[in-house]
Amino acid sequence: MPIRRKKDRMSTEINAGSMADIAFLLLIFFLVTTTINQEKGLPVKLPPWSEDEVDPTQLNTRNVYSVLVNFQNELLVRGEPMQLKDLRDNAKEFILNPQQRPDLSEKPSKAIISLKNDRGTQYETYLQVYNELKGAYNELWEEQAQSQFGKPYEELTREQRKEIKKFIPLVISEAEPIDTQGG
Amino acid sequence: MSKFKKKRGNTSPAISTASLPDIVFMLLFFFMVVTVIKNDESKLNITIPKADQLIKLEDQSVVFTMRIGKPLAQYQEQYGSATQLQINDKFVTTDDIQFYLEEKKVKLPEEKRNKIVGSLHIDNKVKMGFVQDVKTELRKAGQLVINYAATQGAVTGGGK
Repeated sequence: MPIRRKKDRMSTEINAGSMADIAFLLLIFFLVTTTINQEKGLPVKLPPWSEDEVDPTQLNTRNVYSVLVNFQNELLVRGEPMQLKDLRDNAKEFILNPQQRPDLSEKPSKAIISLKNDRGTQYETYLQVYNELKGAYNELWEEQAQSQFGKPYEELTREQRKEIKKFIPLVISEAEPIDTQGG
Repeated sequence: MSKFKKKRGNTSPAISTASLPDIVFMLLFFFMVVTVIKNDESKLNITIPKADQLIKLEDQSVVFTMRIGKPLAQYQEQYGSATQLQINDKFVTTDDIQFYLEEKKVKLPEEKRNKIVGSLHIDNKVKMGFVQDVKTELRKAGQLVINYAATQGAVTGGGK
């Protein structure tokens, strides 16, 4: 009798010892195939499509910060050549106009940045110019958040952010590129 | 007393491995959930530019990826060495963007359809003319939220 009981028990039990091995095998497969590199990038909102483009240069020239990038990747900012590294600070000064100079923007909410490039401009330069302009705004928002609410921009509520963006709205207008090389 | 002591010394303290499968399964499920199986391998030679004002794309399922660059060496014989646009494993023209965008929309659940982000992976050396054509096509298709893929890094002012 005792022998029979033992046999009975053995036949009903499934050996779960290899379960861990199987699971490990699957685990390693998923470990190898997984890529947790989250995509990062510069977010941009394009204007809706319309046949007739608005030309920002027709507006009050005082409020327009025109940035032109030619096919040799050189910058022309408001008629003056400029290095990429100076662009951010220059743009910030233009938008905020702390000294109330008559040739810079009346107030931050009226500032318009007009970005125009050549069809032959290299993408890297274009993106970095865009990055600098975006950076100028990000820094201005950060400074405004610190002085108005005493907190970093990241920690503000939705309403507070809205208020700041109303004071300093991000306006980057991109014109159709010019074609000087037939490219 | 001595008997008791002897017994303790003899038995090796075996660690129970009964819960090991459970732990491994837990890890397994985590990776299974996190894994996104990619089906669009890049056939283009793309080095994305560096920038420092980046934002993470949170939801990968709404990302509509477009790649622009020159084909890799093994594809150049077949497709030439001119700049190409790649969507979902295929080289397409700018006119096809609208079609593939529509296809992407159909696959998504309804509440996610207006949240699509067009992600542009563009090589450093691509000329803006090509990028502009793609952007114009996206605007015509009503896909206004886009994202220029970039890696974190100091801006060098390259291209010179």
